[in-house]
Amino acid sequence: MNVDLSGRSTSAVTTQVGSQARLGMRNQRRVQTLVVYALLAALSVLFILPFMWMVSTSLKESQDVFSYPPSFFPNSFIWQNYPRGWTLLPFNTFLTNSIIVTTANVVGNLVSCSLVAFGFARLRARGRNILFLALLATLMIPREVTIVPRFLLFSQLGMVNTLWPLILPAWFGYAFFIFLLRQFFMTIPTELDDAARIDGASTFRIFFEIILPLSKPALGTVAIFAFIGNWSNLLDPLIYIRSQELYTLALGLNLFRGQNFTQFNMLMAVSIITLIPVLTVFFLSQRLFVQGVTLTGMGGR
Amino acid sequence: METQTSSPQLATGRLGRSTSRKRRSEAIHAYIFMSPAILGLLLFTLGPMAASLLLSFTEYNIITDPEWIGIDNYVELFNDRLFWQSLRVSAIYSIVSVPLGLSVALALAILLNHKMRGMLIFRSVYYLPTVISGVGVAMLWRWLFNGDFGLINVLLRRVGIQGPNWLFDANWALAALIIASLWGIGGTMLIFLAGLQGIPQELYEAAEIDGAGRWRQFRSITLPMISHVTFFNLVLGVIGALQVFTDAYVMTGGGPNNATLFLSVYLYRHAFQFLHFGYAAAVAWILFLIVLALTLLVFKSSPLWVYYESERPGRNA
Repeated sequence: MNVDLSGRSTSAVTTQVGSQARLGMRNQRRVQTLVVYALLAALSVLFILPFMWMVSTSLKESQDVFSYPPSFFPNSFIWQNYPRGWTLLPFNTFLTNSIIVTTANVVGNLVSCSLVAFGFARLRARGRNILFLALLATLMIPREVTIVPRFLLFSQLGMVNTLWPLILPAWFGYAFFIFLLRQFFMTIPTELDDAARIDGASTFRIFFEIILPLSKPALGTVAIFAFIGNWSNLLDPLIYIRSQELYTLALGLNLFRGQNFTQFNMLMAVSIITLIPVLTVFFLSQRLFVQGVTLTGMGGR
Repeated sequence: METQTSSPQLATGRLGRSTSRKRRSEAIHAYIFMSPAILGLLLFTLGPMAASLLLSFTEYNIITDPEWIGIDNYVELFNDRLFWQSLRVSAIYSIVSVPLGLSVALALAILLNHKMRGMLIFRSVYYLPTVISGVGVAMLWRWLFNGDFGLINVLLRRVGIQGPNWLFDANWALAALIIASLWGIGGTMLIFLAGLQGIPQELYEAAEIDGAGRWRQFRSITLPMISHVTFFNLVLGVIGALQVFTDAYVMTGGGPNNATLFLSVYLYRHAFQFLHFGYAAAVAWILFLIVLALTLLVFKSSPLWVYYESERPGRNA
């Protein structure tokens, strides 16, 4: 029992195995557990406190925001800050645009990346590996390098000040998602494909009826990453969108900041509203998030 | 083929033809499936990069036709004090925030790697800020760093320290952005955690029997065993640090007195505020060359410090 306890259950910080008395061992372990918990808790305060401060500010009266000394808890809860802030600018329009852009990006990424990943994972063709490496290499190119010519391309196509430049690129694959999906597809036994082929299934049917249904967790991961990556994107809308009726939430929030830079209570209230969709997705898919990396990316050698 | 007489040869001939047909059909399918990425690569990456190289030798403001000016953009660039300032800002930010972020992320991952109750909750707490980056969070940091009423200075005052006016103080603005970046290390932390969980426990057990202390175990087992993960995080971290835009744009706008003029902000200004597209393309290419050089450096240096298990001597024995 002695050896069992110390050896298996913990990692880098393992207590000494050996001739110590069982009681001493147990105390040592208890102290260690306590220390780890204390550290984790103290650090999580640092991560949570800014959120609390955000919520607290969003509920304060305007004059209380700049009272001294500032109180951590609002004197009265001004829920009105939320609707008031939200209606100072056409945030409903911005929200609609963000939903359109984000949905189109998520769907586009799912469609294009799963097709491409299937090609890389399952079908042999000359130049496939070089192409895959080239694709992965694009991950190392900062997007700043291509924004100018991209902008010129879209302006040639007459798409500046439309939502298209924010949507179209997602339909041409994204190397990181292609990589994730390819890794996942490769874990599906090829015997399934072979059996289906013998039964006369076409490549497309194999893709739609075997690979995709078996890949729901990986597709879910991609959808969530795509959603979160797009929801807060500022640079692209900033470059392409001019008219306010096409603003996304990120742009709208940026405009709001410029106009009401001292109204921190309403700024925080509106910020919180824009974060709600992301927070909801995060809490619903927490396990996938926090464990997903282990499943899909680096973990498995 | 038709003239072949001996039957075994004929048979292989047929077989060969049918497999080669199958191969060809498979290859055609492969290209069809991969076509979105091939098109995307040409349309949104390789094409634009080539275009931007050409563009960098021109003067172009989108209204009049581009005019070939040779290397003038690059000459102007090297004579622009602000360009050097932006290089300096991006360099300092990368050199400080990347190693700092990696260390903190690794420390958190080690703490989280204990098999104890409630670890998933802690993981979520640390990961959460990573998920919600963007304008809203940048705004929150503006408020937190407010000189008089921001939470950070309020807390500092409690312990008797008069904090600086962070974002409006040229000496502190960059430091503030680095501190804010630490909030978003959750992704790096999770990747480290995955690496830590891949280390065989027997190594620690053996080390303990040999009497190695915790620090020694960390240095001689943990660090080498996760070096490939560190490598991955380092590459991503450097590239990410050179792309910082939203935080700088929203929190400081590049100020005060250009103290947070990141390369990306400098590029954005020239392209989309001054409409110097040729000049901005030159900046973009310099940025690309820097990233390329750094990435190559990290890759080339990796044999010195990255340990791959497949290279372990006697592993096959």
